[in-house]
Amino acid sequence: MMFQKIVDWIDARIPMTETWNKHLAQYPAPKNFNGWYVFGALAILVLVNQILTGIWLTMNYEPSGDGAFRSIEYIMRDVDYGWLLRYLHSTGASAFFVVVYLHMFRGMMYGSYQKPRELLWLFGMLIYLVLMAEAFMGYLLPWGQMSYWGAQVIISLFGAIPYFGDDITLWIRGDYVVSGATLNRFFALHVIALPLVLVILVFLHIIALHEVGSNNPDGIEIKRKEGTVPKEAQTTQFTFHPYYKKGKTIIDAIPFYPYYIVKDIVAVAIFFIFFCYIVFFMPEGGGYFLEKPNFEAANPLKTPEHIAPVWYFTPFYAILRAVPDKLAGVLLMFAAIAVLALLPWFDRGKVRSIRYRSVLHKLNLVQFVISFVILGYLGVQAPTPMFTLMSQIFTLTYFGFFFALFVYSKNEDTKPLPERLTR
Amino acid sequence: MKKLLLLLVALVPGFAFAAGGNNEHVVHADIDLTDKASLQRGAQLFMNYCLGCHQMQYQRYERTFNDLDIPVEIGKDNLIFSGEKVGNHITNGMDSKQASKWFGAPPPDLTLEARLRGPDWVYSYLISFYKDPSRPFGVNNLVFPNVGMPHVLEELQGLPTKKFETALVDGENKERFIGLESDGTGRMSPDEYNQAALDLTNFLTYVGEPMRLEREALGYKVIVFLLVFLVFSYLLKKEYWRDVH
Repeated sequence: MMFQKIVDWIDARIPMTETWNKHLAQYPAPKNFNGWYVFGALAILVLVNQILTGIWLTMNYEPSGDGAFRSIEYIMRDVDYGWLLRYLHSTGASAFFVVVYLHMFRGMMYGSYQKPRELLWLFGMLIYLVLMAEAFMGYLLPWGQMSYWGAQVIISLFGAIPYFGDDITLWIRGDYVVSGATLNRFFALHVIALPLVLVILVFLHIIALHEVGSNNPDGIEIKRKEGTVPKEAQTTQFTFHPYYKKGKTIIDAIPFYPYYIVKDIVAVAIFFIFFCYIVFFMPEGGGYFLEKPNFEAANPLKTPEHIAPVWYFTPFYAILRAVPDKLAGVLLMFAAIAVLALLPWFDRGKVRSIRYRSVLHKLNLVQFVISFVILGYLGVQAPTPMFTLMSQIFTLTYFGFFFALFVYSKNEDTKPLPERLTR
Repeated sequence: MKKLLLLLVALVPGFAFAAGGNNEHVVHADIDLTDKASLQRGAQLFMNYCLGCHQMQYQRYERTFNDLDIPVEIGKDNLIFSGEKVGNHITNGMDSKQASKWFGAPPPDLTLEARLRGPDWVYSYLISFYKDPSRPFGVNNLVFPNVGMPHVLEELQGLPTKKFETALVDGENKERFIGLESDGTGRMSPDEYNQAALDLTNFLTYVGEPMRLEREALGYKVIVFLLVFLVFSYLLKKEYWRDVH
């Protein structure tokens, strides 16, 4: 009674119950989501992990050229459970990309970017871009050798821009070399600016999702025009928010809360088992999550033997290195991300899900994944003529995915779509 | 779909080989972080032989004593030679500008050396000094060619030299390198010296990540909790989803 009164009091002032219902308890989600659909929720979980551990790390981190490396070791040794916060944060960065890559792949498999979800996909791509900037700037903060030289290499890419290149790199670094000034601004961007942008974009991503509704593994709509669904096919088992029913009949849907919340909790448990295994038993991730040269403080006078970016950037790094000309390489690298963002327009097909698309499309998607993974591998390795040739081949197949898709998707040999969700 | 997944899984191992700049002389260091006696001996060796030049500027004496089961009073009397407080970091008074003049580069801080290069490298480095009159200090190292450091542990190991045997390779007699052998002027037998190098490696590995045992101990509890949580979360999901199916 007392509780209801408090809720009523709040509801008279802000639409709390209304929002809860609209976006959770009465949000119609297709009932056939499979395991691929947990990565969105997991991405939010990792984002929360990064923000919380990040706040506590900031309490003891010192953003200066003299103090940064020392303060990390202070956190590792002298702060109670500081090591745990740091490993959760460093492992979380890699986990974020694992989860986001799987989430994007899910979207590609089931055509979740197709009309009317283009803007949803674009918000997702913006999140991915900001996430890369966020990870890149965060990676400088430990001020180890790889932090320093990795930043040096990536910032110098902007130097390839004709005429303005040197001025831009100077503007980014705030100095003629990567220095304490660079560290200070990267720190500010990493802890305030980019997380803020990220949270706003995630909000927009979810609003965009709820406006057009979730796609599903069958790629068919669950909101049908009123009067097109026979009476006996309609169920009245669940209540959905009137917002989603304007002129529509909703079929084969269940409310997001509690059904997908309890399902996502299972996914969270499974995810945490893998995540915590890495945090507690292999926090260096085999030298990929924490790179070994980063256990040595940044030294501007000593270049490491082999500079490799962190694993989640390496597919794009391989594309960059595949081109002998620096400017062309940089442009191609950004083009690799741009074509991904333009996927809704490369795909001219009307059938969304891979389940009902042509064999050609399945093969094309498989080759795309293989190309991406192999490029990722090549980006870690020191360049040899053989590896460079391979980078060039797989760069072609990477872009080939999009152009082939554009060509065959117009008149694709697809299977008939089911009338209702299959399960 | 299943095939696609299998394919992805099959590609993962290709990804997972570690990047390391180890050469062929690096051997495995069979260390044990739970062996407190070994760690104590390693600490003793470090304070006596290494600390003169190499600092551990991020590690404190007191933390070290506590973790290694060394009573603080005993540690203070026997392992702190600079008269510093136990709460201080393990540092020395070497001037890095002077050091650069003497050795070509200032001796690196060793707090994170074992994490940077790996315990195997550290151990191999310690047992790989050999006589080389062409070098400023008369010694060279198999795993760190042209190292700028003298063989500080020579009084323990003696001075090893490279040994060769003559072997028939492709129908020709060739000199083949078979290993290092000490001249026997050290205080320790070869086995004792290898154990000392192992103890020192063990200690450096501990200092690289002093919370490692604590981390793993907590890890088991967390994983067990998560497994139990997984069972209950699955049952909860099943119960709710009975309405749907």
